[in-house]
Amino acid sequence: MRGASDLPVLLPFRAPAAIGPAGLAAPVLLGGATLACFAILFGASLAIAQVTARPAGESAVTVLLRWAPLIFQGFLFNILISFLAMALGTIVGLLVGIAQVSLVAPVRTAAWGLTQFFRNAPWLVLLFYAMFLLPFEFRVLGLTIAFPAWVKAIIGLALPVAANVSEIVRGGIRSIPSGQWESAEALAFTRRQTMWMIILPQAFKRMIPPWMNLYAILTMATTLISVVGIQDGLTITRAALVAESRPELMIPMYLMLLLLFFAYCYPIARATLVLERRFNVKA
Amino acid sequence: MAGKHHLGEPVVVVEGVEKAFGSFVVLKDVSLTVRRGETVCIIGPSGSGKSTLLRCINALTPISKGSITVAGRQVADPALDKLSLRRDVGIVFQQYNLFPHKTALQNVMMAPLHVLKQDKAEVEERARKLLARVGLGHKHDAYPGELSGGQQQRVAIARSLAMNPKVMLFDEVTAALDPETKKEVLVTIQDLATDGMTCILVTHEMGFAREVADQVYFTDGGVIVEHAAPAAFFGAPREARTRAFLDQVL
Repeated sequence: MRGASDLPVLLPFRAPAAIGPAGLAAPVLLGGATLACFAILFGASLAIAQVTARPAGESAVTVLLRWAPLIFQGFLFNILISFLAMALGTIVGLLVGIAQVSLVAPVRTAAWGLTQFFRNAPWLVLLFYAMFLLPFEFRVLGLTIAFPAWVKAIIGLALPVAANVSEIVRGGIRSIPSGQWESAEALAFTRRQTMWMIILPQAFKRMIPPWMNLYAILTMATTLISVVGIQDGLTITRAALVAESRPELMIPMYLMLLLLFFAYCYPIARATLVLERRFNVKA
Repeated sequence: MAGKHHLGEPVVVVEGVEKAFGSFVVLKDVSLTVRRGETVCIIGPSGSGKSTLLRCINALTPISKGSITVAGRQVADPALDKLSLRRDVGIVFQQYNLFPHKTALQNVMMAPLHVLKQDKAEVEERARKLLARVGLGHKHDAYPGELSGGQQQRVAIARSLAMNPKVMLFDEVTAALDPETKKEVLVTIQDLATDGMTCILVTHEMGFAREVADQVYFTDGGVIVEHAAPAAFFGAPREARTRAFLDQVL
């Protein structure tokens, strides 16, 4: 019988072969290859733009270099917006997520409803709501506080982020075995103490990978704010194209912006994967 | 060992307790009394309601009928301060349930520090003594994941003791352990019992029950079938159901 079994449970487990190069070099190689592809594409698009330009004016590279600093500045603004929207969304989402596991039924239901509503709404529509429904200034105790468009944009983007964080938090809390609640209860911890000292510290570790993933998605979604007239990387790129009125530059210009986002988001995606794998092994 | 303690006042009094989950009755008219310093073993087949009874004693599970008194406190009283009850009643579970993100020492220190709000230096000193007492004086900084099952269970015992409970409940604490580590945990509990701690154990360890218990209760189908001192219980069981069970396990 020994060694002759065809029962899958008795056969030695073989992990499926990884796609692409294995080991530590894999992520670096893959990232490098993707970057190289982008670079080649970028170079090719520049060359084509140069050749097809008519009448032959300034070289495509000169034009690109002229606009690069401004586009980069716009891109940095995207990053800033992503930071602030993520921070706001995380704080709100954490509270709503905890409310989703509340023992008080109305609180739980309200948090659930809020989460589902904002999680299943198009981001751009929420952004429009935030832009056009929020006032442009507040009056508190005779004091006028300006409420500029970029702040409204942060709120608009933070809404779906908060809803997604809320789901991540709820899932993280639910993933902690009930024995932890029970033993904390038996040791006379209050529910709030149990949540903050015992459950959440364990759940945070499991929440980090999906949270980082969400951040990468948010960063790319920040270009939506150009639609509502905020001067971000995409707005500036578009303005540059209009100003130069050289349609053949469209591909390299947008590609430059894409490259910036890729260079920022790809490492985050890799790190997420690495963390996921590490936490999986330990669990 | 029976009779080694002069009988103290009752610490846990269970009277006519009934517990049903929906239409499924788990406990029927269960009564038992545990006096201070006594060690009581509850044995019986799986699903006979033993664990539920323990969970009722520290109000993790509410009872449907009857009354449970712990150190003069009515457990079923809706106005009961559950937190103060649980300071008096320690419970150790089959699955240890240590906090995996805290070291052994921190596990023991957490409840006195944050629930009882005791002084940190004092708590730490006592926690170190408790870990030494369960034979883990060298494992302060180990995380639960780095400890064997038996070691984790002993940390769990120290963690409960840190609250200075009046009674300790043990819910099949050795069921998930191999024979060797089982022994180190049982020795730890025996030491506690000898030191005069009031202990209620749900267990399948017949040797331990015979040697350490002052009273043995046999439950089946949610009722207490028989209750006696261990010598009488194991030597001359009165009920046919008890005899059948003992024939199976001994």
